[in-house]
Amino acid sequence: MTTPDPMAEIRASFFVECDELLEAMQDGLQALEDGTDDAETIHVVFRAVHSIKGGAGAFGLEALVRFSHHYESVLDRVRSGELAVDIDLLKHFFRAADHLSDLVRANRDGTEIPSSAGDAILAEMDAHIGAGVPPDEVEPEIEFQPLGLALDLDLDLPALDDLPPAPQFKICFAPDAEMFETGNDVFPILRSLAALGTCDIQCDTARVPALSDIVPETSYLSWTILLTSEVDEAEVASVFEFVEGLCKLSIERLAGSDTTDNPTPPPVSDQVSEPLPEPETDSAEPEQAPQRATPAAARSVVRVDLDRIERLVNLVGELVINQAMLAQSLQGAGLSPHSDAMNGLEEFQRLTRDIQDSVMMIRAQPVKPLFQRMSRIVREASAAVNKDVRLITDGDATEVDKTVIERLADPLTHMIRNAVDHGLEPTHERVANGKDAQGRVTLSAAHRSGRVIIEVSDDGGGINRPRVLQIAMDKGLIPTDATLSDSEIDNLLFLPGFSTADTVSDLSGRGVGMDVVRTAIQSLGGRISITSTPGLGTNFSISLPLTLAVLDGMVIEVADETLVLPLNVVAETVTLSAETLDAIQPGLDVVRVRDGLVPLFDLGYLLGYRARKDSYVDGVALLITHDDGSLGALVVDEIQDQRQVVIKGLDDTLYRAPGIAAATILGDGQIALIVDPSDIIARAGEPPHAKSQKIRMES
Amino acid sequence: MNLEVLAVDDSRTMRDMIRLALEPAGFRVHTADDGVHGTEVLANIAPDVIITDINMPRMDGFGFIDAVRDQTGHRTTPILVLTTEAAPELKMRARAAGATGWIVKPFDPSKLVKALQMVAG
Repeated sequence: MTTPDPMAEIRASFFVECDELLEAMQDGLQALEDGTDDAETIHVVFRAVHSIKGGAGAFGLEALVRFSHHYESVLDRVRSGELAVDIDLLKHFFRAADHLSDLVRANRDGTEIPSSAGDAILAEMDAHIGAGVPPDEVEPEIEFQPLGLALDLDLDLPALDDLPPAPQFKICFAPDAEMFETGNDVFPILRSLAALGTCDIQCDTARVPALSDIVPETSYLSWTILLTSEVDEAEVASVFEFVEGLCKLSIERLAGSDTTDNPTPPPVSDQVSEPLPEPETDSAEPEQAPQRATPAAARSVVRVDLDRIERLVNLVGELVINQAMLAQSLQGAGLSPHSDAMNGLEEFQRLTRDIQDSVMMIRAQPVKPLFQRMSRIVREASAAVNKDVRLITDGDATEVDKTVIERLADPLTHMIRNAVDHGLEPTHERVANGKDAQGRVTLSAAHRSGRVIIEVSDDGGGINRPRVLQIAMDKGLIPTDATLSDSEIDNLLFLPGFSTADTVSDLSGRGVGMDVVRTAIQSLGGRISITSTPGLGTNFSISLPLTLAVLDGMVIEVADETLVLPLNVVAETVTLSAETLDAIQPGLDVVRVRDGLVPLFDLGYLLGYRARKDSYVDGVALLITHDDGSLGALVVDEIQDQRQVVIKGLDDTLYRAPGIAAATILGDGQIALIVDPSDIIARAGEPPHAKSQKIRMES
Repeated sequence: MNLEVLAVDDSRTMRDMIRLALEPAGFRVHTADDGVHGTEVLANIAPDVIITDINMPRMDGFGFIDAVRDQTGHRTTPILVLTTEAAPELKMRARAAGATGWIVKPFDPSKLVKALQMVAG
């Protein structure tokens, strides 16, 4: 590991911290908006902005400092009770918070944001609260002004010497008792003076009373120091920076030796000049017994380059494959399952699984930051279309693979905008229908049977099915005589080139439709489904794998091809018999499972491996659960195994075969395709056309 | 001179910066995340000098200085306030609580070192 530049490291960690602070700020503002705030909330928001300012100052990020300073000063007025928070002010706060996030990111990524944007936000905020907050300058770097002791004695000395003597200062210093209460002491000050040049130090003990009269905490001593030094007066004064106001002090610059006889230099005291109270009870510092113990253990966080984790994930993937190969060859060698080697292998398997889980944990992150970004999208979108919208989030803490989170941002943004723009009715319509004027968009995340379910729903008018149908027909997406079920109509939204908005609004943009969203979700190994109830709203449900790297798979065989199905969609396996099978119409077979009829799909036929079988009696079918809960039965030739497989993505340059999600390498080194059963069944209606030739992979 | 420092700041960035500024100068640096944590850490060490922020959760800098000064062992331990605030009234408040000195962020590492050496003897 090379030693990185420590400043760059801290800078990077500053931006990580900023993300946390921005999150805390958003949470606080949200709480204020929801009315779930408490006395501490505004302080949390203030401190978040304040800490960002502090860090930004350290790295010289001027624009960030300026903006956060101004924002902070308004928050401070709220904090001090001078200003009350109302909904409108909160809107300004949210906007400022959004801009602050932008600024942080811009600074992190080295991009520029015109300062006019921030200025406008601040100006509007100031206008809203009435009084303008003075556009404060950033504070000076060191606060103590050098004591303005205008002691230019300006004596206009004739330069007698070619080499002027080093300047001399006469310093009179008499500490007040209070000085010691602040932890200041005389000795360090004298030592600092001595460090500046040559010192002649006199201690005046005249005022020390008789021992019996000494009040221990009174200061009786004073000092007169003659300092010969090349430094200027400001530097001498800076030694007394911290005790300003806590002592009687005069500093006077003696112009060479000829002024030393000046008996009474103008005493310059920064305090009322009262008779010098003197000596001091040199606050005998009670020396602490040095009881060095370890400080409280700091929470330790290591920042790791994502590439390294990627490599680890890949290596663990290889390990899984390798271990599977080893298991196969040991079995092939005819070892007893109770042999030491097989037992050891079992342990090995368990460990591999643990390592894999742990590695996946590294990559998992809560969806909260993603959701917070969405609340911003809702704010912006609702303002753009002039609707009052409230975003409700649920399951913020749900952890999902980092890559999945990143790649979800765009599709989610689009869906949220859609919900605000198209999903929710205009306010007057809502009111007319007896609904709350404020529309609700709900964003939730949850783990469900090994997958992550993310839902976006609105309480709008639902999908206008007649109109959707009409548009699809008008655009020639479906035949004009098509009869479609409700759910089929809803799914038309996912067709490429479908856009319901009569007028393309600024918001949802042009050309990017739900088909793009669906493609993005599918590329993550996920599925998206839609349900809608007229008058009550629309719900989009995204189902995603927990990780992109490993899959619990069922290894099956169809037409001599080895394929892998995601285990989590397989509800059960059924053996087909003449009693349970039924043909509703030619080409549409069903199997009776308990009391229901489940449509039968021939995987070998659907993939184009072979013709439809005449009879499925004695065959094996896998019951597949769709995301909407419905079932389908997938006929396979043989079930081989259940095992964990490492997903190897198929390159986009390859033809993207329908129904095929990815590929994997099996224990024996053979390559197998991973099937997406839902996709296959969804496409079962389409005849397996000539285009989808035999999909085979030769290893 | 190997001084021991306790730095109390709720910003990790700031704690890192302080560490970076002081450790090369030979300081032994302990850190704490807020005033409450600061008093806890202080219970186990005997720093030559303390640095504290003002705006912190749970217990702010004023409260922390108060708490330190209340301990007989730390009545004269130098405490430097390191904060972005520069308002004179806050400064006076800190001094009244018993702060030794005041340095405004962003700080210049060499000045911080100098100030620490000056107050800590």
